[in-house]
Amino acid sequence: MNLVEAFRWIADPGNWGGTSGIAARIVEHLWVTFLSLLAAAAVALPVGVLIGHTGRGAGVIGAFTGAFRAIPTLGLLTLFGLLLGIGLAAPMLALVILAIPSLLAGAYSGIHSVDPTIAGAARAIGMSPAQVITRVELPLALPVLIGGIRAATLQIVATATLAAYTADYGLGRYLFAGLKTRDYPQMIGGAIIVIALALILELLLAAVQRTIDQRVTRPSTREKLGSRHG
Amino acid sequence: MARQRTALFALAITGALTLAACGNGTDGNNEPDGQAGGETLVVGSQDYYSNEIIAEIYAQALEEAGYTVERDFRIGQREVYMPEIEAGNIDVFPEYTGNLLQYLDPETTETTEDGVYAALQEAMPEGLRVLDQSDASDQDSFVVTKAFADEHSLESIGDLADVEGVTLGGNSELETRPYGPQGLESVYGVSVDFTPIEDSGGPLTLKALRDGDVEVVNIYTADPVLAEGDLVRLEDPEGLLLASHVVPVVSERVDDEAAEVINEVSDALSAEDLVALNAKSVNEEAPAATIASDWLAEQDF
Repeated sequence: MNLVEAFRWIADPGNWGGTSGIAARIVEHLWVTFLSLLAAAAVALPVGVLIGHTGRGAGVIGAFTGAFRAIPTLGLLTLFGLLLGIGLAAPMLALVILAIPSLLAGAYSGIHSVDPTIAGAARAIGMSPAQVITRVELPLALPVLIGGIRAATLQIVATATLAAYTADYGLGRYLFAGLKTRDYPQMIGGAIIVIALALILELLLAAVQRTIDQRVTRPSTREKLGSRHG
Repeated sequence: MARQRTALFALAITGALTLAACGNGTDGNNEPDGQAGGETLVVGSQDYYSNEIIAEIYAQALEEAGYTVERDFRIGQREVYMPEIEAGNIDVFPEYTGNLLQYLDPETTETTEDGVYAALQEAMPEGLRVLDQSDASDQDSFVVTKAFADEHSLESIGDLADVEGVTLGGNSELETRPYGPQGLESVYGVSVDFTPIEDSGGPLTLKALRDGDVEVVNIYTADPVLAEGDLVRLEDPEGLLLASHVVPVVSERVDDEAAEVINEVSDALSAEDLVALNAKSVNEEAPAATIASDWLAEQDF
């Protein structure tokens, strides 16, 4: 019954307008997701690409990303909240740390999986290390790298509800307010919207990944590489 | 064949566990009955550390006065222990006026200290009564920093009306509660913004208050943090927040002499005392019995 009520809550146009309406909350939610992803990517992608390219510190990646993934985000949020005070900074920092392992692993394994003979060939025709990365390895690594971004996005958009723990921000407000006042239609309605956002972003990024995958690894190329190894 | 044996084994295990569980249950139930009788008074407490300290104080004061006391502590929530008290299994139980009144009479509109106490005396079930209420309370309250209170010479919630740009911080449900922003406006003419901080007056809320991110927060009056001295509770003369003072619920087996002993305790237990007792429990992790006996010694009981 709550589920029916929840959809009724979503369908009510009165819940959509204003500064605390659903539309505004969705924009806030996507904005905090985007900013956290951007900050995490700025840290994790260059590091992952470099480690994949040089092969140095590759052993650390596994241990590091594993340990990072085990950190409970709510605990981290409380810790940062005590250091930084309330507001958006603490939840965003926690979301950045949540997203880093997926991005790092995606960038590293993307570059690492590029056939070393291709990079060797690129060097042999006189490319500088920077050119090898940007012109050869990165384009070939892109499908896997986008996969990392896709996983990170899904994690952030689903966890960004925690922004409402210390700030008047995002779709998490419906979950907290609904839970505490036993307004379950509101709580479930908010959760359904978060799920819908996550699914839409997932489908979009999956489509992007597929398109790039087809462009990068043309069937003919793949066959040749495959036959050489096999 | 193998499967059949496994099934039998599972059945045997389940049976053994069930028997063990039954055994524990009957043992637990038999104990109080065996010891009851004579001048023994049963003192109970909620499953809440602060309540247990108060119950322990009642128990030790009664023992000092020559009564035999049996302790039945940490019974759980009101829904669990009230039927026990009404059935006559418990004789003395520390309660809180406002919350108990709302439990007994959900329709009540009383919120002030005296109004709640008077209504509570009326609402008590047959065979039970409340003794004197204490100055000590455990209820919602609005708290500001001492510096902020000094700067704007604040004593009561109403004094906030002259202060611009006040933000109230608390769990998101506070925004819609009758004593939230709307109640502040309608009862005291105080308009506030609201910022959700979802840790129920915990460390994040206190950090936000001390940082000046919010000016007012909702903290329980018995919270040990109030012992730290940098926070001030705003008075609530209009009863915006439900008053809930410590009050003993007693059965008919508590005679005038015993009632007198407990009333002396209630009279001596100040609001500051209760905060200090709670702080001792939280900060020093002292057991309730030690905290209670130390306090009673200080009070010359």
